[in-house]
Amino acid sequence: MATAVISTERKNYINAEYGIRSWLLTTDHKRIALLYLLSITFFFFIGGFFALLIRLELLTPAGDLMTADMYNKAFTMHGQIMVFFFLIPSIPAVLGNFLIPMMIGAKDLAFPRINLLSWYIYVAAGALYIYCLATGGVDTGWTFYTPYSSLFSNTRVVEAGLSIFIVGFSSILTGLNFVVTVHRMRAPGMTWSRLPLFVWSHYATSIIMLLGTPVIAITLVLVVLERTLNLGIFDPSRGGDPVLFQHLFWFYSHPAVYIMILPSMAVMSEIIPCFSRKRIFGYTFVAMSSIAIAAIGFLVWAHHMFVAGISLYSALVFSFLSFLVAVPSAVKVFNWTATMYKGSVSFSTPMLYAMGFIGLFTIGGLTGLFLATLGVDVHVHDTYFVIAHFHYVMVGGAVMGYLGGMHFWWPKISGRMYPEGWGRLAALIVFIGFNLTFFPQFLVGYLGMPRRYWQYPPEYQVYNVLSTAGASILAVGYLLPMVYLLWSLRYGKPAPDNPWQATGLEWRTASPPPTFNFDETPEVTWEAYEYDTMPLPDEVTLER
Amino acid sequence: MFDNLPLWPTAASSHARYEDWLFLFLTVVSAAMTVLIFVVIAIFAMKFRRRHGREATQIEGSLLLEIGWSVAPLGVMMLMFVGGAVLYFVMRTPPRDSAQVYVVAKQWMWKLQHMEGPREINQLHVPVDRDVELIMTSQDVIHSFYVPAFRVKQDVIPGRYTTLWFRATRPGTYHLFCAQFCGTMHSGMIGEVVVMEPRDYQAWMLNAAPSGTLAQSGMTLFQQLGCNTCHVSETQGRGPVLKGVFGNPVQLDDGRTVIADENYIRESILVPAAKVVSGFKPIMPSWQGQVNEEQLNELIAYIKSLSPAPAGEAVTSGAPGGTAPPPPAQ
Amino acid sequence: MSDRAGIGETPLAVEHEDRPELRHHFADVEQQRNAATLGMWWFLGTEIMFFGGMFCAYLVYRRWYFPEFAAASRSLSLPIGTFNTTVLICSSLTVAMSVRAAQLGNRKLQVRMLLLTLLFGLAFLGIKTKEWGDKYKEHHIPTFAFNAHDLIEDNQHLFGLDKLQGDPVKLREREAEIQQHSKIFFSLYFALTGMHAIHMIVGVGIFVVVTWMAYKGRFTPEYHTPLEIAGLYWHFVDIVWIYLFPLLYLIDRKPIS
Repeated sequence: MATAVISTERKNYINAEYGIRSWLLTTDHKRIALLYLLSITFFFFIGGFFALLIRLELLTPAGDLMTADMYNKAFTMHGQIMVFFFLIPSIPAVLGNFLIPMMIGAKDLAFPRINLLSWYIYVAAGALYIYCLATGGVDTGWTFYTPYSSLFSNTRVVEAGLSIFIVGFSSILTGLNFVVTVHRMRAPGMTWSRLPLFVWSHYATSIIMLLGTPVIAITLVLVVLERTLNLGIFDPSRGGDPVLFQHLFWFYSHPAVYIMILPSMAVMSEIIPCFSRKRIFGYTFVAMSSIAIAAIGFLVWAHHMFVAGISLYSALVFSFLSFLVAVPSAVKVFNWTATMYKGSVSFSTPMLYAMGFIGLFTIGGLTGLFLATLGVDVHVHDTYFVIAHFHYVMVGGAVMGYLGGMHFWWPKISGRMYPEGWGRLAALIVFIGFNLTFFPQFLVGYLGMPRRYWQYPPEYQVYNVLSTAGASILAVGYLLPMVYLLWSLRYGKPAPDNPWQATGLEWRTASPPPTFNFDETPEVTWEAYEYDTMPLPDEVTLER
Repeated sequence: MFDNLPLWPTAASSHARYEDWLFLFLTVVSAAMTVLIFVVIAIFAMKFRRRHGREATQIEGSLLLEIGWSVAPLGVMMLMFVGGAVLYFVMRTPPRDSAQVYVVAKQWMWKLQHMEGPREINQLHVPVDRDVELIMTSQDVIHSFYVPAFRVKQDVIPGRYTTLWFRATRPGTYHLFCAQFCGTMHSGMIGEVVVMEPRDYQAWMLNAAPSGTLAQSGMTLFQQLGCNTCHVSETQGRGPVLKGVFGNPVQLDDGRTVIADENYIRESILVPAAKVVSGFKPIMPSWQGQVNEEQLNELIAYIKSLSPAPAGEAVTSGAPGGTAPPPPAQ
Repeated sequence: MSDRAGIGETPLAVEHEDRPELRHHFADVEQQRNAATLGMWWFLGTEIMFFGGMFCAYLVYRRWYFPEFAAASRSLSLPIGTFNTTVLICSSLTVAMSVRAAQLGNRKLQVRMLLLTLLFGLAFLGIKTKEWGDKYKEHHIPTFAFNAHDLIEDNQHLFGLDKLQGDPVKLREREAEIQQHSKIFFSLYFALTGMHAIHMIVGVGIFVVVTWMAYKGRFTPEYHTPLEIAGLYWHFVDIVWIYLFPLLYLIDRKPIS
């Protein structure tokens, strides 16, 4: 395909209509994706600010930067914001919303108005959380354990709980839209086995969103009722059971981590074939592994409770199942690696993020095995080892996937190319900064430093200083893309329809796409990832 | 190793050695796997990087490989599972003749009571090479008793007893941390475990326990509260004889049979009507509100001391199924 | 959105012009209906998970505090509960009949059946309000001067309280425990039936809209999707009640003495 003549006058979804009303009342999935992009970036900054406070306090063993209560609020709100207002929506609500209809050859999602509603629900929940923050914040830890949260905490537990309850519905509606869209809106010839793996992964994610989120919704409702109406459901002195809360909480919150990682895996499955110029190795296995992760992921929640007082026998069962759930993730990593074999690999920014993802997700996933191992978990549970583990998978994994995806589809979304040199530099800085921040935390966790500690014994200081140093580098790595992506909107090279010569229906329409995605409904007669039929991308595109 | 840059936590218990080997095994496997992936990717990236005139070879997949790299990791993981399960089983099964210490956690301190009598706050003295079992409850929120050097940890829950046991193998002083977020001074709820040679421990014990053992205090309390008027020593009074009761089955008047463990004794003191022994009238008064946690511990220790079996039975914590929790804590 | 690019003069365009209810991103009415129905089924799946959490809490505490749960259950009005159950089942019947009427193109019957459904729904809510009013008077609503004294009075033998008459301290203790455990029952009772009532109110709101649409003749044998999916929602809310009723009202109606 010769580089198309880019007419900046051509109508696309961005210039189709002007005015704030056309954006706030849009039902175009692509515009809604951008609305989400703005809001989640906003919350990422706030969550990141709290991370900054934490790492600054932890530079010294003494609690000398802020009060203990302030610190407890900082880590609580860092966790809640990052999990519920950034990670869980991020890829599905931005990239999923934008791409899924195009990837399957549809004009929009099944329920465009519900899509817009889901964004407004997110915004309303976010506003309530800001209110909670502004009026004192919450200090229960992101996990809200009772009876501390239901009886003892003097902070805005009700507001925080309600806010997360509300944002859950945004998640549920997004998932609902995706599932129905994939079932009912595929273009002629787009069979299940021709779907991009991005769609398969998001389908699995949506199942988890649908079935898991309502459980935390009702759990938070019960905590709110307990606090406001003094019920006693979780209060042992009135016959209640605080451990029941933990079961209800983790029944959602464990599958939630798969909501956070599966979309990143979705992105990987698109980037790696493209920059290896090869179909994915083991398509069916990668597709099925997403479903397996979703299914088994619902069966492992009590591995967060091995020392919480559950019975020995249930601990054995949950440990076993937790090992089982590692297998499909490993299968994906091996398949991605094998995709590079005998490929034609180029190191664009998205590919750098992808390779970084594979490495960091491998470490994160393997350290999860330490936590699944009963005898070892007893020692490292509630220490920095756990913090390091989940940041490796959530930041080294999910966020790298998010950034890689943003760069990969940036030309499609904005119609502009980002500066490749800066992109690669930022990826490198993120990788280095990330490892320096979180690897020392494995060590200090094994040495016994508990989590959620405002002050700590002096022998842990060196590791903490290393970690904070890494965080400052990581921050630079995150700020860079914000700057140059914005810069590219005005000064970036206009993007052709398919700068990467990638397969996928989204690349067969203009960059940026027209409002209804395609000029004609596509009819699909080819398999996914037929890279042998694709020409190579322009030298220019890759070497910028 | 280095004072301000420790590389490995001290291993000071019988659990620790085993746990460290297991951890090492996991680390070696993980490191190997990580290096393998990193190296393979690096090799592929270099060997198969984009070059003029060389096209990618399209490969669908390989069923053999898929099965191989699913089954092999699963096999290795089963080794991890078994290793962890065995250690966990040992950790959750306190030996019969453990020395027991009662622990009450509250925001934001640890209160400990030895059977021999001494009470401690935020400190635990134990003799080396002796099995020690901690029987713990919380007065308010969930805490967690964590000694990194021993590699042990157990959540401490209000309204219930949970247990943890260890055998210290090296004299020294080790960190004690609260490991479950419990409010403002969660990070201040720390202390130390002091492991002593037996002789030093005896000396410390004599100094620290002028008032006698826990069971002796319990006996005094038993008489002060008038329990002995119904629970007479040798002959049947209005209440059952308590000698030999602890650790053995008790037949109740509604046909149920329960084991007389710490939870049962505690409930019988606080809500006697919940379980009435078969053949007796439900006339025992309740002491709810009249005895605090420490006094309950003393009474339980005394009643235990009346049983011929060594006082080392583990409290069933978190039993499967819907075992009723003990009655409200104070 | 003025840009209808892509529709053109194809047969699809004709269909879209003929059927204003067909949204632009669907190829035909059939696809739209399938999507809407599948969406509603999945949404009901999420509702099952939502109620499921509370059912879980209920099951745990029922196993632990059976006597108190049984006594509290018996204090609920069986006649009212049964009548309400019948009312809801009838309302599901009228919903089904209104869908059938739409399939047959009978506008009058549609509207009549829908009005009856609304009537039944409102009757359920009204009766529930009265029932809760009674509960308030009996002091069975947690936080509103809750007192399970009457349960204690009526179940002396079952709670074993007749044996404790000689000891006022122990009696007081057991009574305090009964109060607490009964309060847990009622907390769950009001949480469950309250959540259910909220869903009923939403359902009534939806059906007011649907009835209006039916009245305006918007439903035809080919297109009555809003009615169908509203009907699915209503049936679901009914089924939740059919689970709630035995679990809450029928725990141990013939107490084993």
